[in-house]
Amino acid sequence: MTRFLMPLAIFIVVVVFLGIGLTLNPRQVPSPLVDKPAPVFQLQQLHDNEKVFSSKDNIGKVWMLNVWASWCVACRDEHPLLVELSRLGIVPIFGLNYKDQRDTALQWLKQFGDPYVISIADTDGRVGINYGVYGVPETYVIDKEGIIRYKHIGPVTVKSLEDKILPLINELKG
Amino acid sequence: MTNNLARLQLVIIGRLCVLAMVLATFSWTCLANEAPLVAEDPALEKRMLNLAENLRCLVCQNESLAGSRADFANDLRREIREQMQANKSDDEIIDFLVARYGDFVLYDPPLKPTTWLLWFGPLVFFLGGVATLTFYLRHRRTQLEESSLTEHQRKQIESLMKAADKD
Repeated sequence: MTRFLMPLAIFIVVVVFLGIGLTLNPRQVPSPLVDKPAPVFQLQQLHDNEKVFSSKDNIGKVWMLNVWASWCVACRDEHPLLVELSRLGIVPIFGLNYKDQRDTALQWLKQFGDPYVISIADTDGRVGINYGVYGVPETYVIDKEGIIRYKHIGPVTVKSLEDKILPLINELKG
Repeated sequence: MTNNLARLQLVIIGRLCVLAMVLATFSWTCLANEAPLVAEDPALEKRMLNLAENLRCLVCQNESLAGSRADFANDLRREIREQMQANKSDDEIIDFLVARYGDFVLYDPPLKPTTWLLWFGPLVFFLGGVATLTFYLRHRRTQLEESSLTEHQRKQIESLMKAADKD
């Protein structure tokens, strides 16, 4: 009897390990920046490049920072959701236009809609590095004290909004 | 008709040549932009690549930052290069990257409670294997002893062997 039980037990253990391994997404690297202060930056605004936006301006409010680019195909997936979210006025969304060209970025917003209070132009991607951006789109939820509370990697979905992002925002707004 | 076709072919070939020349100058200017960075300070470039060799590119996860051609890796190489020019030590640069991208950027993971399983897991499996093997062998020995011959059987064998000696 044990002759069959042992290999079966080993087989089950291996299957469980492989099962866990296969359902993990290696692209979802947990960010060490969650629960840390959001890196402070000052950048030119996309629409009016004579104006500067400073992340300090947002201290005192709960806001979302969405990293996007006109060359990013996955951004088109999440974009209608962001437009809808901005229309509802639950949370101000700021756009970090990551490594993009101004003309194409503005054209893109005209074509797909502009959900952003302000878009900031991170042309050389330096602010992106400070925020640990490695795949666009990425979305950060930042609280009143300027602390990153959540990072979403990849396109925002209805499920992620309902399950995680919106409840968190409600909680943070208090 | 054939004359016209031949002329058309010539025109097409001519245009392709022009296009090829334009492309050639274009790619040449690309190279001309990149090259000075390496030539500027070969020692620094070497130090940067040595460090980047042990860091993972998060976009192409099986490539190092030194070997990846992803735009992201290019940006991080620029960042490392600039920090080295600003006299930062290798450890400081690694801390900078880990603070932003986590331990995942390191090909050589640090020893801490969350990585204990990673570091000692193989040893645990090995010891488990040794324990199982020892247990199995001991169990087998007792089994063999239990199945040893009875007094009657031994006498039978002895008589058979004596009979064989006489032949």
